[in-house]
Amino acid sequence: MNYRYPDARGHFGPYGGQFVSETLMEPLRRLEAAYMRLKDDPDFLREFDEDLRDYVGRPSPLYHARHLTQRWGGAQIWLKREDLNHTGAHKINNTVGQALLAKYLGKTRIIAETGAGQHGVASATIAARLDLKCVVYMGEEDVQRQSPNVYRMKLLGAEVVPVRSGTKTLKDAMNEALRDWVTNVDDTFYVIGTVAGPHPYPMLVRDFQSVIGREVIAQSREKIGRLPDALVACVGGGSNAIGLFYPFIDEAGVAMYGVEAGGRGLQTSEHAAPLSAGKPGVLHGNRTYIMADANGQILPTHSISAGLDYPGVGPEHAWLKDSGRVTYTAVTDDEALAAFHELTRTEGIIPALESAHAIAYARQLAPRLGADRHIVVNLSGRGDKDIFTIAKLEGIQLT
Amino acid sequence: MSSRLQQTFAALAVARRKALIPYITAGDPAPEHTVALMHALVRGGADVIELGVPFSDPMADGPVIQLACERALKHGTGLADILDQVAEFRRDDVRTPVVLMGYLNPIETYGVAAFARRAREVGVDGVLIVDLAIEEAPDYLPELRAHGLDCIFLLAPTSPEARIETIARAASGYLYYVSLKGVTGASSLDVASVAEKLAMIRRHTALPLAVGFGIRNAAAARAIAQVADGVVVGSALVAEIERLADQPERIVPTLTERLRELRRALDDASSE
Repeated sequence: MNYRYPDARGHFGPYGGQFVSETLMEPLRRLEAAYMRLKDDPDFLREFDEDLRDYVGRPSPLYHARHLTQRWGGAQIWLKREDLNHTGAHKINNTVGQALLAKYLGKTRIIAETGAGQHGVASATIAARLDLKCVVYMGEEDVQRQSPNVYRMKLLGAEVVPVRSGTKTLKDAMNEALRDWVTNVDDTFYVIGTVAGPHPYPMLVRDFQSVIGREVIAQSREKIGRLPDALVACVGGGSNAIGLFYPFIDEAGVAMYGVEAGGRGLQTSEHAAPLSAGKPGVLHGNRTYIMADANGQILPTHSISAGLDYPGVGPEHAWLKDSGRVTYTAVTDDEALAAFHELTRTEGIIPALESAHAIAYARQLAPRLGADRHIVVNLSGRGDKDIFTIAKLEGIQLT
Repeated sequence: MSSRLQQTFAALAVARRKALIPYITAGDPAPEHTVALMHALVRGGADVIELGVPFSDPMADGPVIQLACERALKHGTGLADILDQVAEFRRDDVRTPVVLMGYLNPIETYGVAAFARRAREVGVDGVLIVDLAIEEAPDYLPELRAHGLDCIFLLAPTSPEARIETIARAASGYLYYVSLKGVTGASSLDVASVAEKLAMIRRHTALPLAVGFGIRNAAAARAIAQVADGVVVGSALVAEIERLADQPERIVPTLTERLRELRRALDDASSE
């Protein structure tokens, strides 16, 4: 590839890096050294590929959504079906990889942060299989909002710790996981769920997730006879988006769109769209776009989707924004909700509310392109976890 | 010209005394108390004050200091206010060094150059940025040093020797050894392992070595004072502020008294 990021110090242009307290620097260096050694190790790769195939169920299909295509009257819509993975989202690709790293490093305990609970479930799942002790930090607000996932994690043997500090959501769960890690650094591996955090996490999570884009390249050659014209993915921390985009970065003919959570609108303060409406700063170990006030304090965010409700974003996205390679945009809660219903009723696929943001943007993009153009939308997760949120919004009582 | 921190540690060395370095979060429990609290710390025997700059996401801090940050931020305490507080403190105290301790984002938002200039102007002596690892520091240190600010760095139990050497070369004022793997206010202090690590650190630096994180009482302070040049006490004091947040008039006398206990413990340790 011509694109070679991050650099040796973990920077994507001015973004990324390692902004953590001294105690974590040596553990991060060791993690990086182990990863650099293992990422080309045939045994490690064989084990990772086997897990992705037989445990996760890869490759995930590239589905031609003919009904949506017809309805929207423009480009052909293809859905990358990450929702069909084991545990129902792309998150498992990364946890399988990181748990394998934990095993190779001889760690006996893994910790994770989670917002919607998908990454927590994926971590608890792999911990159960590898017989690792697993502790998941989850904001108290999210524990309330996502009780089915909390129960799933407990069934899998994980301990779920409600986080009561700060805004009691994903960012605070990440603070708490970092505090646990700094305390138990000898036996504990921190499984970060997205392409954020200090180097080497943005790199290694990207590498584990990029199986998505590699499959799309092979599948689109087979089904379309060429590469697609555009890729669309939702961006919270940005792991499903980078997983799709990364293998395409050198393919100049492929346009890429990252869709942030516009919440109640970018003109309000109630959104979670740092790339669209934030500014560069430092949070959770890396420099990236964040949402902060005039004193540099991190702002509370809002999104209908708990998985996108985060004031930062992976540093590689910050770089891809500045370099112009990826176009970042946002859709509102209402647009995402409409897309959720439209996909459900048109194709019989219930998407995660996160993924519904990507669908909502594809809906805007498709009519602007001709029927001979092809758009791949990352359907990053399934929506079963969201039916309670949707029902509540529509005033329906589920028992 | 030697810095106020250098002078303070030099004088302590001559007197064979150990530095007592209390930490409080600026703006806690409310901004109007901060300057009075700083003076109270000095009356109780503080040699250096570490003044915390509150941050919404203090990932290296335990629950006590997290809550202090939340109390301070509820009043909207920003870096500009804190610099004003130091200016006010300096009207009555030109002797006690003040070190600002906090996270990078508020400083970067203020602007590093503007911060360094104003910090110097109001009489700040040193800066300790918890999440600024030495690798990222070259973008920031020249600006801070150019304004005569000492750059204090953390060393940790996990820091390998080569790293310690690099950090010691970049640091000035003093080095802050984190006594345990954990967050501020944790409770697993192991004096023997601290002593061993400090001996190794001393092979690489002539800077004074302060030790903090997990020093909860006079006994622990005394034990650490036997092996370190300075003792940092934060969460134990901040917990008192939390306990008395509804009776702020009691905070000043209580903190002064706590400092006196710690002072006695340190002076006992030095006379042994």
